[in-house]
Order: sequence, then C-alpha cells, then structure tokens
Amino acid sequence: MRQLLKGNYAVAEGARLCRVKVVSVYPITPQTTIVERLSEICASGELDAKFIKVESEHSAMATLVGASSAGVRAFTATSSNGLLLMHEVLHWVAGARLPIVMTNVNRAVSGGWNIWADQTDSISQRDTGWLQIYCESSQEVLDSVIMAYRLAEKILMPVMLTYDAFFLSHTTEVVDVPDIELVDEFLPPYQPEFKLDIDNPRMFGGLMSPDYFYEHRYTVHKASQEALEYYPEVCREFRDIFGRDYDITEEYRTDGAEVIVVTTGTITSVVRITVDKMREAGRKVGLMKLRMFRPVPVDRWRSILGNVAKVVVIDRNLSPGLGGVFADEVQAALYSLENRPSIYPVVAGLGGRDVTPADIEGIINHALSSDDPAGVPLFWGLKE
Amino acid sequence: MERTTQRMIEIPRDVMTGEELWQPGVLSCQGCGGSLAMKLALKGLGRRTVIVLPACCMSIIVGAYPYSTSQVPLLHVPFETAAAGASGVRAALDIRGEEDVVVMAWAGDGGTFDIGLQALSGAAERNEDILYVCYDNEAYMNTGIQRSGATPAGAWTTTTPDKAVKEESKKDIERIMLSHDIPYMATASVAYPADIYAKFKKIRSIKGTKFIHILSPCPPGWQIDSADSIKVSRMATQSNVFPIYEVENGKYTINVYPEKEVTVKEYMKTQGRFRYITDDAVNAAQEWTDRKWEKLKGMLK
Repeated sequence: MRQLLKGNYAVAEGARLCRVKVVSVYPITPQTTIVERLSEICASGELDAKFIKVESEHSAMATLVGASSAGVRAFTATSSNGLLLMHEVLHWVAGARLPIVMTNVNRAVSGGWNIWADQTDSISQRDTGWLQIYCESSQEVLDSVIMAYRLAEKILMPVMLTYDAFFLSHTTEVVDVPDIELVDEFLPPYQPEFKLDIDNPRMFGGLMSPDYFYEHRYTVHKASQEALEYYPEVCREFRDIFGRDYDITEEYRTDGAEVIVVTTGTITSVVRITVDKMREAGRKVGLMKLRMFRPVPVDRWRSILGNVAKVVVIDRNLSPGLGGVFADEVQAALYSLENRPSIYPVVAGLGGRDVTPADIEGIINHALSSDDPAGVPLFWGLKE
Repeated sequence: MERTTQRMIEIPRDVMTGEELWQPGVLSCQGCGGSLAMKLALKGLGRRTVIVLPACCMSIIVGAYPYSTSQVPLLHVPFETAAAGASGVRAALDIRGEEDVVVMAWAGDGGTFDIGLQALSGAAERNEDILYVCYDNEAYMNTGIQRSGATPAGAWTTTTPDKAVKEESKKDIERIMLSHDIPYMATASVAYPADIYAKFKKIRSIKGTKFIHILSPCPPGWQIDSADSIKVSRMATQSNVFPIYEVENGKYTINVYPEKEVTVKEYMKTQGRFRYITDDAVNAAQEWTDRKWEKLKGMLK
C-alpha cells in the first residue's frame, strides 16, 4: 500500500513487517521518531515483540546480544553518539555471529554538538565486522530492512543500514509498504541452529587461546565476504516478489562516461539529477551509487570504475588527517588496476551542510578541467 | 537473639546428592569462594537456568574454548553488560514461552559496583525478571588485585599500595539495589552453604529483579591461606562486617545470627591485605561496622 512516510517511520514499518521479536532502543535525535513509532506498534499489538526500554545505547545492543543468542529476531536503531557508545558491543555481536539488524541515522559526531547529516558515525564502525549498507530513499530504507534480515540470518552476520539525518529521517516521501504476507513469504521465521537452550546446554563466547582465535577471526571475515555472493541473490528474489530492484553497487548512466561520481546516501539523488542535466548538455558523466560498504565489493567497483578516465568520490564524512574514507577505500580497490582512473577525492556537506546540484556541477567541472589529481582531498564549499 | 545452629554451617544433604551442574575441573585458584558460590547456587536453581557472564574471574574459571564446566547454557557478555544481556535473554525466553527458566547474571564486584552499575540500575528500575548475583571478592581480582568500589577501607591492593591503602569505605550496593524497590535482595556467604542453597531455591518463585550479594573470599587477593577462606568468610559475618540477611518486598530478615562474635580487628588480622592498616583506621572500621549493623537491626522493626 502506498503511504506518505518519513524515513524513520519507514524503518519502523520495516521492523514490523519483519516480525522482529525483541526491540531494544534508546532515543537520540534524529532517530527518536523510530523509538516512538515502535513503542506505539508494540503497545497496540500491531507488532508482537518485547520492547526493552533500556537506559543507554550500550545496553540496547547488549540486550540484543542476549536476545539474539537466545534465538529470536532482534532489532535496534540509533545515531551518532549512540552508535559510538555501542562500539564495544558491535565488535562483540559480529564476533558472536549474531544476525542483528540495526538502522543508523547518519548524524555528525560531537564535540561541538551537531545533529545534522554526516557519515562519520557509521564510518567509525567500519572495522567492527558489521555489514554496512547506505540508503538513499525512504523506500530503500524500508526494503533494505527486509532484505537485511534475509541476508543476516543466512550468513550469520549483523547488518547496519544507514541513511542521512533529516534529509531522509524527517522527510516525507511516498513509500510502498508491502503486504506482510508477502514479506512472510520472502523472510521465513528465524530458526538458528545454535542458541541458548536448556535441553542442549552450550557455552557461547568464551575465552579462546591463540590456538583458536585467529581461525575464528578468519571465519568472521569469510562470513562477511559471503554477502557479496548472497546479497545479489536476495535482491533478485526481492525484485521478483516486490518489483523493486536493488544491488550491492548501482550504476547510473555510466556508458561512455569520462567521469563517474561515486556517492552514498541522499547526495546520490542530487548527483543523479545533475548527471541528467549534464548529459543533456552533452557532458559524459555518470554515477556509481555505493550501497554496500562492508564487505567491500572490490570486483564491482573495479568493473564499474576500471575503464573510466576520472572518478570523483564524494565523502560526507571525515577521517581527520586523511580526508574522506570512501575515497580512500575506492582508491585502494582500484590501485592494482593497470589503467586505473585518476581519483578526485571530495569532502562535502559535513554536519548537514547542503550539497546542491550547483555544488555537484562545480565538483564535476573541477575534476574534468584538472589534469593533476594529487589525491589530496578537495574540501568543497569551505567558507573563507 | 538466636544463634546460628550447626545446620546452617553444614552442607545440606540435597547439595551433596543433587545434580552437579558446575562440574569439577574448574580453573579457579584453591580456596576460591566464587566457584564454590556458583556450585551452591546452581544446586539451588537446578537445570532450568541460563547464566549470563560478564568479564570476571568466573569467565576464566568456567573453562576456555572448547571446554566448559557449566552444565546449563552460558552466555559470555562484555564487562559492563551483565544485567542488559540478561534482560535480552529474558525477553527472548519469554517470547519462546520459557518463562520458568531463571536467567541469572553472575558478575564480580567490579562488574556490579563499578562498570556494570548503570546497566544493573536500568534493569532493576525496569524490574526485569532476572536474578543478578554479585560474587564479591572485594577487588578486581581477575586483573590482579586492583581496588574496586567494593574494596573495604584499610585494604591493600596493587592500586592502593602499602603507603596509600584504601581510605574510602565499601560502597553500599545493597542500599543502592533496595532503592530500586526490587522484590528481593539478599546477602549470602560461602561460609553458610545451607543459607545460599535456600536462597537460590527460593528465588525461583519470585517474579521481578532479584539481587543476591555473596561474599566470596579470594586467597591471593586477601592474602590468606587457601585452606582458610571459609573460616575468614565466617569471621566476616561473626564480626558483622558482612551480615547475612534478606529483604523480601521491603521486609527485612536477618538469616544468620553468628554462633560467636569477633571484632573487626580480629577479622582483619586474619588477612594479609590489612597488614598496613593503622589503629585509627581499624577503629573507624569497627565504628562503621557497628553503625551499619545497628541500622540493619533497626530495619527489622
């Protein structure tokens, strides 16, 4: 059914449709309306789940460690400082191979308070083992929640979905909310092989000596990489049932492009309309939308970007002393190619600063007119 | 005032014959109070129990992968998350229709008094239907004897060395827990096994957050002979340093009136960790102990 939904409500609908059994969430701007909506639908019985109203994000994720280890589908949502508070437990969840799904509203990380769009929060969690998928629209957020459980429960890895503060969390869009019966068909109940079970007592998460730990870590790595094989399958099945098409990485008008802009999140929509406009003017520009960031789809990035002269990577995140992190990882993925493209790393829109079509055009023109990409990040739109 | 009978001190017959859910071969030090407390607790709780275990001595004692001495399901969780992890297990078991299974968070004093207090307070405020046990060896023993909020005044640890032994009194965790209006709060000691056994049997029928604080002697940390840990624990109760009582829905009961009384000084003299304490500090500890004991007795009225 088509509805007008804000991004956060689309998330709550996603959790409802997946029939999550334990929800543990702590409010933080701009994620709060998810907490409110989930509280309502748990209280009304629309969602038959235990809602644990914890005292912190750290406990939110820790309760899900308990719930997921006991074999039920578990969900949480957070943002920014809340995500950072979870950091220790995020590592734990991935190491324990618990298929928890979490949505994170990308918000700037303080100090110096800022509640607006910025990906530095999720980027800071990239080495935890959580799969990361960046979303562009409310529809994509809702659909991605459903696909995330399918993926997570198959490969036994946690999945984090992220989307921009306010630009998406608080913006109303038309969203097609699928019938729950169709979702049931796509996503069977979670029935793990191992769980806390009185009749089959096991110990989970105990001390591992150097004789075992290294191999354990390798299995976590391999499990993450399985997503590259399995997620396209999930997307195909999703398309067959729901009629909407997703992929690990998406391309837009890349045929014959001289420059491809790599983006994530809502900036992608701005780039898409800018690409249309520039294409109409005869400019050979294209777009690569980076959805899955962990595991790194190296082969996909290479196949899309390997034959283009110039690549612009726009980062709404900052690793101080380095620059944008997506640019760094795209460069690393392309480095071993013989005819690797010139990379133009661009940092833009930190802390919710608007990035307009005019900005994108300016960024692309900069790349097209420059012959010498020193690999030094361009900080677009800095005030004097 | 009735005195403790021999029956309180002896190991109950049920414990000797009951199912052994904490198997031999544990990696504890000799004379470890914590491992003995776990063994007694599981005797009382029985098989339909899940243990949630944060970082503490017990996370080593239970055994390293691929071994485990526990015969009930056990989930290791991060240091400060015992109560949160247990809340999550509880929620999932309820969803699974296994409301009768006891979820027991089992944490040390560091994980309870200090780093885990926030999550514990949250769970207690929500009155989660969990049992939270703090086995209290009065310092960070797993990392090698550093002071915690549970370390008594006058004690030596590696972070309160000889020239600067701990000056602050032990945090009153029992009062903190009672301020949450939980249905059941109790103290226990490995010196009184019949009492531990009875308390863990009892909590099965109590809904809501249960908190049991067990004094658990640590021979290396307290600098006592491993053969003396029960004797020293008993003196903690005989001196009123660690009274054994319970509070059920606000009603106080003192479960153990010691069979004989000793002074705080006599209790402290048994332990190397108090060897740097001054006479003034001993007197202050005696006063502190007397004041708390009078206050506790006052709660009986």
